[in-house]
Amino acid sequence: MIGRLEPGSIAAKRGMSDLAIRNLFIIPTIIFLIVFNIFPLIYSLGYSFTDFRASMNAPANFIGLQNYRELLADEYIWINFATTAKYVLVSVGGQVVVGFGAALLLNREIPAKGLVTTLLLLPMMMSMAVVGLFWKLLYSPSWGIINYALGLEDFEWLSNPEVALYAVALTDIWMWSPFVMLLCLAGLSAIPKHLYEAAAIDRAGRWYTFTRITLPLVTPLLLIAIIFRTMEAFKTFDLAFIMTSMESTELIAIRLYKMAFQEWQTGKSCALAYIVLIMVLAITNIYVKYLNKAKER
Amino acid sequence: MAQIKLENISKKFGRQTALSDLNLDIADGEFFVLLGPTGAGKTTTLRLIAGLDAPNAGTININGENVNEYSAAERDVALVFQYYSLYPHYTVRQNLEFPLRSKVRRLTEQDISASVARAAKTLRIEHLLERKTDKLSGGEMQRVSIGRAIVREPRAFLMDEPLSNLDAKLREILRAELKDLQMKLGATFLYVAHDQVEAMSMGDKIGILCDGHLVQVGSSQDIYNRPRDTFVATFVGSPAMNLFDATLSNGKAVVIPGSLEIPTSGEAMNHLRERAGKVKIGVRSEDILLDSSGPLEGRIHGVENHGVEKVVTLRVGELLLRATVPARTVLELDSPIRFAFNDKKLHCFDAASGQNLIFGD
Repeated sequence: MIGRLEPGSIAAKRGMSDLAIRNLFIIPTIIFLIVFNIFPLIYSLGYSFTDFRASMNAPANFIGLQNYRELLADEYIWINFATTAKYVLVSVGGQVVVGFGAALLLNREIPAKGLVTTLLLLPMMMSMAVVGLFWKLLYSPSWGIINYALGLEDFEWLSNPEVALYAVALTDIWMWSPFVMLLCLAGLSAIPKHLYEAAAIDRAGRWYTFTRITLPLVTPLLLIAIIFRTMEAFKTFDLAFIMTSMESTELIAIRLYKMAFQEWQTGKSCALAYIVLIMVLAITNIYVKYLNKAKER
Repeated sequence: MAQIKLENISKKFGRQTALSDLNLDIADGEFFVLLGPTGAGKTTTLRLIAGLDAPNAGTININGENVNEYSAAERDVALVFQYYSLYPHYTVRQNLEFPLRSKVRRLTEQDISASVARAAKTLRIEHLLERKTDKLSGGEMQRVSIGRAIVREPRAFLMDEPLSNLDAKLREILRAELKDLQMKLGATFLYVAHDQVEAMSMGDKIGILCDGHLVQVGSSQDIYNRPRDTFVATFVGSPAMNLFDATLSNGKAVVIPGSLEIPTSGEAMNHLRERAGKVKIGVRSEDILLDSSGPLEGRIHGVENHGVEKVVTLRVGELLLRATVPARTVLELDSPIRFAFNDKKLHCFDAASGQNLIFGD
């Protein structure tokens, strides 16, 4: 019956048949997904079991799990993972604190609320590369505005192995706190006002009200924000790549890039990409489990 | 427990006046019902007393103490909301515990569970304690929300139409339970209702609120039998009081010249004998007596069967009157019928101001 319009059906009212919708929207999407996502995904899984090098005109030899074995035994890879974990913790943690705090401040009657909210969202709309370049200027030791404002003379931010990672994380916090804020604000404004009134009548203090009403009701949206930001932070490449280049800021994605496009170890880098993918999936799954629990409550 | 007194309270929302110069006195242990149509300012009054809103003028006293500057928590009154306002992510038990776990009071776990058990028993929700509040029916939710008010011992209970979202049967049951609860606790209740049956059946005292003014305060008998003006007269009672224009002259009230004239020699109208001019006459449906030897005649325009009684609409000229008669009365549509007014129970209001000329002060 595909192609026939039932008179009075929704599709008929919109003037488009199920068939037209399928041909116009669904099939192109599926083709796009297969060509650009699913095919490379499977193909790179194949490469990860070979010694293939894209720079050499040699055929790929199947070497089994050797790539994986080597990678997991490589202590430098684990240092990269540790650096990434530190970066994710600081960056996402900072975004949650700043974003949630800003959302709490904005969730009340203030003058020009719409304008303030829009202005706060601006960092999020910029390009990663541009943000990286600008912050590099801001961090500049001799004439950067940050040292000027803090009264620090010649303090090295981005070439100092002790602080470079945190400096990059700070930029990430600046850029993505608005995202957390936006989701938290949506969660906060959905809490009915009468619950707060009931709590006031029940003689609940501010902190008690916050922990017993605000927090549990915002948690699902906050968790969604954390999931997105963790996934993004875990695979951060551009910001760290543009702003610094040293061992202490070598995130796993940068290591992956070097392995694939500087050392041309295509097969091995595919294996590393799969390890990263599995880790991101595992972390996300833990969050989703928490999210479902939070929603049930 | 507490006695509540409002003095010259005014409240505006923007340019809208919700309450103007309201005075209210609620005695300790009294079940006071604030009755009025939607938008009369009943909920506003409750919110002012609870401390959720602040008045623009006037003072609020609880136990003789001015509480204007007190927060909702400091006033220590309980408020039951119309829409229950249960905490959605907690169980019934956690909802009941909520006010007890506040820092203001330091209670032991035993005290908390004893209080919860007592409240749950009173409201017969013991079997629901471990259930999430979104799995409850409307009646159960309202019980829990009342339970949250009674677990602690507040100085007064404020209730904002707590039964208005329930079905008729449940409303009837909970009405009796609430009244019973109030007697048992000996607590001061301020209860807001727009349903006059609720007000009449529960209130020790009723205050009628209209457009932000308190029109009349009295017992339900008082309000019903001696309405101060036409608003109270028509708002209270079902069916509403019959109200029609008449002209007083020469010892009678002329409604329809020749066919509907009421002599002012009757007991109620007696002291209006000297008066002349336009008035409104009010007569309750039960005070229209069908009587084959009655002085007045009309036609039967319609009959509604209410089970125990019938409400008959009589037509006299252009005028329609509603009378309550026993259900067994046999009535035939459009047939002529004779009737009389119970002249002890007639009301007469000033045509312009609506004030009751017989019972007015």
